[in-house]
Amino acid sequence: MTALLTIIVLLLVAIAIWQMTKIFELSQINTDNSQIANDKDNKLNGYLMFGFLVFIYLLTIYCFWEWGDVVLGTPASEHGSEYDNLMFISMALIFFVQIITQALLHYFAYKYRGEKGKKALFFADNDKLEFIWTIIPVIVLAGLILYGLFTWTSLMDIDEEEGNPMIIELYAQQFNWKARYAGTDNVLGEANVRLIDINKNNVIGIDETDSYGEDDVISQTELHLPVGRKIIFKMRSQDVLHSAYMPHFRAQMNCVPGMVTQFSFTPTITTEEMRMDPDMAEKVRHINKLRAERRANGDDNADPWEFDYILLCNKVCGSSHYNMQMKIVVESEEDFNAWMEEQQTFKESMAAAQ
Amino acid sequence: MSATAQAHSEEHAHDHGHHHKETFITKYIFSQDHKMISKQYLITGLIMGTIGILMSIMFRMQIAWPGESFKIFEVLLGKWAPDGVMDPNIYLALVTIHGTIMVFFVLTAGLSGTFSNLLIPLQIGARDMASGFLNMISYWLFFLSSVIMVISLFAEAGPAAAGWTVYPPLSALPQAQGGSGLGMTLWLVSMAIFIASSLLGSLNYIVTVLNLRTKGMTMTRLPLTIWAFFVTAIIGVVSFPVLLSAALLLIMDRSFGTSFFLSDIFIQGEVLHYQGGSPVLFEHLFWFLGHPEVYIVILPAMGIVSEIMANNSRKPIFGYRAMIASILAIAFLSTIVWGHHMFISGMNPFLGSVFTFTTLLIAIPSAVKAFNWITTLWKGNLQMNPAMLFSIGLVSTFITGGLTGIILGDSALDINVHDTYFVVAHFHLVMGISALYGLFAGVYHWFPRMFGRMLNKNMGYIHFWVTAICAYGVFFPMHFVGMAGVPRRYYTNTNFPMFDDLTNIQVVMTVFAIIAGLVQVLFLYNFFHSIFYGKKAPQNPWKANTLEWTAPVEHMHGNWPGAIPHVYRWPYDYSKTKENGEYVIEGQDFVPQTVPLQENEEELNH
Repeated sequence: MTALLTIIVLLLVAIAIWQMTKIFELSQINTDNSQIANDKDNKLNGYLMFGFLVFIYLLTIYCFWEWGDVVLGTPASEHGSEYDNLMFISMALIFFVQIITQALLHYFAYKYRGEKGKKALFFADNDKLEFIWTIIPVIVLAGLILYGLFTWTSLMDIDEEEGNPMIIELYAQQFNWKARYAGTDNVLGEANVRLIDINKNNVIGIDETDSYGEDDVISQTELHLPVGRKIIFKMRSQDVLHSAYMPHFRAQMNCVPGMVTQFSFTPTITTEEMRMDPDMAEKVRHINKLRAERRANGDDNADPWEFDYILLCNKVCGSSHYNMQMKIVVESEEDFNAWMEEQQTFKESMAAAQ
Repeated sequence: MSATAQAHSEEHAHDHGHHHKETFITKYIFSQDHKMISKQYLITGLIMGTIGILMSIMFRMQIAWPGESFKIFEVLLGKWAPDGVMDPNIYLALVTIHGTIMVFFVLTAGLSGTFSNLLIPLQIGARDMASGFLNMISYWLFFLSSVIMVISLFAEAGPAAAGWTVYPPLSALPQAQGGSGLGMTLWLVSMAIFIASSLLGSLNYIVTVLNLRTKGMTMTRLPLTIWAFFVTAIIGVVSFPVLLSAALLLIMDRSFGTSFFLSDIFIQGEVLHYQGGSPVLFEHLFWFLGHPEVYIVILPAMGIVSEIMANNSRKPIFGYRAMIASILAIAFLSTIVWGHHMFISGMNPFLGSVFTFTTLLIAIPSAVKAFNWITTLWKGNLQMNPAMLFSIGLVSTFITGGLTGIILGDSALDINVHDTYFVVAHFHLVMGISALYGLFAGVYHWFPRMFGRMLNKNMGYIHFWVTAICAYGVFFPMHFVGMAGVPRRYYTNTNFPMFDDLTNIQVVMTVFAIIAGLVQVLFLYNFFHSIFYGKKAPQNPWKANTLEWTAPVEHMHGNWPGAIPHVYRWPYDYSKTKENGEYVIEGQDFVPQTVPLQENEEELNH
């Protein structure tokens, strides 16, 4: 189907080019061969400029109509709605400026297309005009900068004393993620890649002599988060740069070998609730329809899909970068505690290995 | 200083045609003539551009039809595409080398190198660059670095594949990725030579503009092209050496066991000895060049477009002094905004605030430029030559691409779109496509000056319109892919069912990209065909005011057969009228810079 569509598009473009050459050729009769634009060229290209403006507008409308629903949708963290609000304001401003400036540019190109004998206006400068379009961006940007900086500062002000946060370490390596929970004491044990000992099942290098580490819990498959509780992520990487990207939570931070980076957010919507979200349900339905079509065509990577939050790697990290992911489960406090009960602590897993 | 240089070159002018006998080698290969060197830059740039664009089409095909077998992959990629299916490692290599080639080899050397060389001496009224010999060395170092970059594609374990930003540790450790072995070594060597070439070129441009201007050519009578090239060269001199130091330190880490950028690494079952270094340091050093670099790419295009737009609108550029001021402001700000590439790199968030502030300030001079261009069109008599179309195209893509910079430059908003396709869409429109349009505009406009022949305008029109539609067709929908959270540099998105509904966007973008690639073949045909068979050009085909059109078309060293022309006015006296409403020179809507002030003519203080 796509191949057919492609061929049709290519054919249509080829025909369009052929026809355009024809038009140009026809417009060349009885004219000079100077290769400098004449009145006919000016007229044709002036009209095309106007056409191009229409094209830009139609493309914008088409993209919104056809693909407006692919964007991320309802944010699942406390700061997410503030983020989306700032994004919406910036977008509205961008589209306003875009629509007006493109219109002026292309309309002028159409309106003032050259004609023999026409006199252009000698208009070299005007201080008032230039002042106006310097001061307007200054004022608008001042507002945006202030709003952005307030959001940024409140996001990045990570206070471990405030609001009883849960400490979780995200540990990145080529090409998977591990999560370490700080356990009942909520303090992560010291760790360094030099302490990794595969034989003793110490896969992320926790200091065996540090008592804070004994109750730490390592999850290698899923990242579980209790809803409504502030989480502070401490990120580490054992080999190259990675980036912990959790798009539904509007959260991202690089994982840098040799240092610990951090990011904090409070998840507000459980996985179950998000599956009920009307936009999300619609998106899932749409995707499952596409997958069903592919399944019918014998594609083996097309099982029905159920929504889950996801942690992706967003800094190129090698050949399997495109598949470095971990499922995130946001659940109620009780479900989270029940899940945590089933996990082995670091001390237990060490003992089991010996 | 300038007076002595002047006297010297005038003496020099008299002995033309007497003693230097030009052989094929001195004329076409080891030439010290700036016009020939500019052609060498342009053609080398076009060849590298062809390679870069071909790579982009291949990886676009992989994203649109992941895992599909294509004959072209098998032919071009060989062992990297068994049975025609692209390997993930070569995908990353293609992305990396595409970025490197397009940014450095096409848009820095191919654009700035070509037109700085061609136009600086011709538009300021100089016989040649301050040092023709250094200029020749500069080109040949560029050629050498291009050859090494191309050779690196054939490295056994693959070419460099860590992204064009080559962040360590990925780029430093052959254990992390095949491409970080010999491929990366060659990449670094090539870039080090490229930087040397760029520095020699830039120093030459700066000295030439400062010292070799002809009589009457004050700084405020310079065409905006020269202002742009001059300021670009200054940014290059300030920032390129920092990249050289980053490259050298990375070479040390890779080959001599130092730990500038590496620390605490456990890879493939063993702990490496590195301790105390930081990849974040590399990011700072890289982007200290990397960000000014995008202005090194776009400023010459802006200068070219300002000149072409005024000429084809038959109007002076609006706000000449504001244009110069905005070039200077952009240049200054460009050196203090690099941190916006690193908001989430782990650097102190307070730094992020500072960089957000400086970054968003750049929108102000950019807005001034855009509005001034639009006003230049207003009430003009627009001559729609292909160069003019590409200039208008640049303003359009610069606005569309630049506006999304407001989102990316805001540290808070950057969190969720950082390193997604939103970024790819942004920078391709604002500096990739826009700078390419500047390059094309320059080629269409100055082709007669370079080769004495005209490019075919109808092929030019088709080239522009198809490219313009496809550029938007590729990069406008790409914003939506980014807003959906798709990370860049993913070999395939099929491992995430949540991205399944984007497959058709990917196909649309790829189809547009393929068409855009094909229409460049038409341009190449037009270019090479017209060099030999194009219509002979008159001396001043575009009725322009600047000095390069007063020099004869024939290839000659020294540019002007007699004395160097003197300058009496700024270059934008288009459609200037006297008090009685007549043109200053009757029946002619332009007044070349070499024409003295006429009777009854009011001199404007620009």
